[in-house]
Amino acid sequence: MTFIDLLIGVGLVFIVVAILVSQDLFRAVVLFVTFGVLLTLAWVRLQAPDLALAEAAIGAGLTGVLLLDAIGFLRKRKAARKDRDNKAIRAKPEQGAANE
Amino acid sequence: MNTQLRLTLASVAGVALFALLTLAIWYHPTSTVDLPQLVANSLAETGTEHPITAVLLNFRSYDTLLEVAVLLVAVVITLALAQQDSNEALSSLEQPARDSLVIALTRRLVPLVVLVGVYVLWAGSYQPGGAFQAGALIAAAGVLLRLAGWPIHQRANLLLRVGLTLGLVVFIMIASIALVSGQPFLTYPERWAGELIFAIETVLTLSIALTLLSLFLFSPEALSSQSRKPSKEKAQ
Repeated sequence: MTFIDLLIGVGLVFIVVAILVSQDLFRAVVLFVTFGVLLTLAWVRLQAPDLALAEAAIGAGLTGVLLLDAIGFLRKRKAARKDRDNKAIRAKPEQGAANE
Repeated sequence: MNTQLRLTLASVAGVALFALLTLAIWYHPTSTVDLPQLVANSLAETGTEHPITAVLLNFRSYDTLLEVAVLLVAVVITLALAQQDSNEALSSLEQPARDSLVIALTRRLVPLVVLVGVYVLWAGSYQPGGAFQAGALIAAAGVLLRLAGWPIHQRANLLLRVGLTLGLVVFIMIASIALVSGQPFLTYPERWAGELIFAIETVLTLSIALTLLSLFLFSPEALSSQSRKPSKEKAQ
């Protein structure tokens, strides 16, 4: 059992480092959910099933969904902004030509 | 060079924090009061058999009451922000195409999740479980429904608001019963303690589930991005 505890502890630290270093937001969120599941196991091993239940439901589940939702929103806004910028770039030369 | 400096500083700070935490664990102060033993001694008077439920809803029930109040404030602010985006956006949201497989899956899964939630609530009186966990499970069922495309977010009416506040209102009402007979706030009559705690937990589960679900459904940014989408499609 000590081996499993060690694995969970080291795994938690590794996942946290991976979340902080990750450049890709989606990857970070997926790792965050993994972190929540592993933390649930840690609480179970520490004989705190109440905390484990709350962590699994709120920490891993609902927070993960909210973060994914936020990423979706950011992507949509980024795409919309890119669209607008492209249009502006295309519009500019025409304006310049008309002025000349 | 700059990144190297930053990395060095970050690693030094990390190692220092790690050392501090290790020291804190190593030299933790020995507590003068044996709290678990104290709880176990007076567990019979609390009306529940599970020590954590006893602490949350009997010994330290004032903390729980304030926690529920904080949740209510958070959801009130979320609803207020959602209303700024106008109610028309809420009602004119287009229905996403629903996959028949997803419908069949949610039809079978959601009742099961709610059943597990009710079990966790009931189990809270004698083993790990309770209102917060059960509420989170039921809220997760709601999130699942919304993600599968069921239009549950259109039911933002009076009933939702009553459900959101019911937990806190009932909690405060039961807490004030003791005031009538001259006892301090939040004292349960000893004969009815178990029943009263379970009643509080039941309404709390409903309110917490609705609160967590509303925080997801009515996040103002999600609404505004969805309401913008139809107009963009029209323009194209």
